[in-house]
Amino acid sequence: MQVGILYSRIRKDEKLLLDELRERGHDVTKVDVRDHGFGLDDTDAPLADCDVVVDRCLATSRSVYLTRFCESYDIRGSEVTAGSSDERSESGGVPVVNSAETAAVCADKAKTSLALADAGVPTPDTTVAFTTDSALDAIESYGYPCVLKPVVGSWGRLMAKIESKSAAEAILEHKATLGHYEHSVFYVQEFVPKPDRDIRVVAVDGEPVAAMTRSGDHWLTNAAKGSETAAFGIDDEVADLVAAASDAVGGGLLGIDLMETGDGYTVHEVNHTVEFKALDEATDVDVPAAVADWLETKAATQVEVTA
Amino acid sequence: MTTCTECGADVTLHDDAEVGEIVDCATCGTELEVTDVSPPVLARAPELAEDWGE
Repeated sequence: MQVGILYSRIRKDEKLLLDELRERGHDVTKVDVRDHGFGLDDTDAPLADCDVVVDRCLATSRSVYLTRFCESYDIRGSEVTAGSSDERSESGGVPVVNSAETAAVCADKAKTSLALADAGVPTPDTTVAFTTDSALDAIESYGYPCVLKPVVGSWGRLMAKIESKSAAEAILEHKATLGHYEHSVFYVQEFVPKPDRDIRVVAVDGEPVAAMTRSGDHWLTNAAKGSETAAFGIDDEVADLVAAASDAVGGGLLGIDLMETGDGYTVHEVNHTVEFKALDEATDVDVPAAVADWLETKAATQVEVTA
Repeated sequence: MTTCTECGADVTLHDDAEVGEIVDCATCGTELEVTDVSPPVLARAPELAEDWGE
């Protein structure tokens, strides 16, 4: 199959995936999204011949827009009966993973929280406020400690565990004054007294590929923060939560993060351009191979749909 | 072998280097982006942005 990879930085994750796809004999078209324009009707990016396009953009903003544009080209293509790459090239059909819906939900923590809650997936109690006064009210209602997060952000950056009212006032003022406009959307969350670890599950359309724990002394246990990783055995409860969380955000290749609450789990984050190198090293599962398997299935499904 | 755009030091790329990959200059520590592999060409890497990462 012909696989397009949308990227602007090749991390180890992308290298693992590229190696796997090439070893299987697939043609890979790397598309540096910085070099192209994406118009309403077409793009100069070489996507038309692709059986499937994988969004691996590091920047969330690029993921959100590019997946939407790719899907708009696909809608036009669906009017044409296209069973081969050449036919889809004429029609401009571009199937993209993850979907624009998934990217839009997962890129925004508030949207993710709403999606999880609407689906009945346990997730930390969260309040969004738009002024420093109402944010402070929300913080006081949770008590201390509680958590303040940016609605758009990653790698554990700009996350605050707030221990006192004076700290809350200072952080809110800083965010309102110095932050990007998105930092004036105050995302306040209960503090979950988890053990010194959380759980990352990588899943494809809700089916777990592998899982690991991320442990550390810091309250943030992101792998990007240098936490220690170890394989985690997925039980039925976790598998069910992963499936439900995946459905809630639109499915796809996802990294679903859970915390142990003592009597179960709570899902606190779903990542749509998931990094899997740490999981690949922490477990016996060949994660890039599993991702490639899934992409082959997606491409085959696309051919069936358009044939 | 190629050259760091910041300090001019020699930088050796791995055989499997990819366009778009980031490498560090061992001499000055600058993050460099591989913009071509044959022959290898480096440029200063883009700064980390707020919405980068998962």
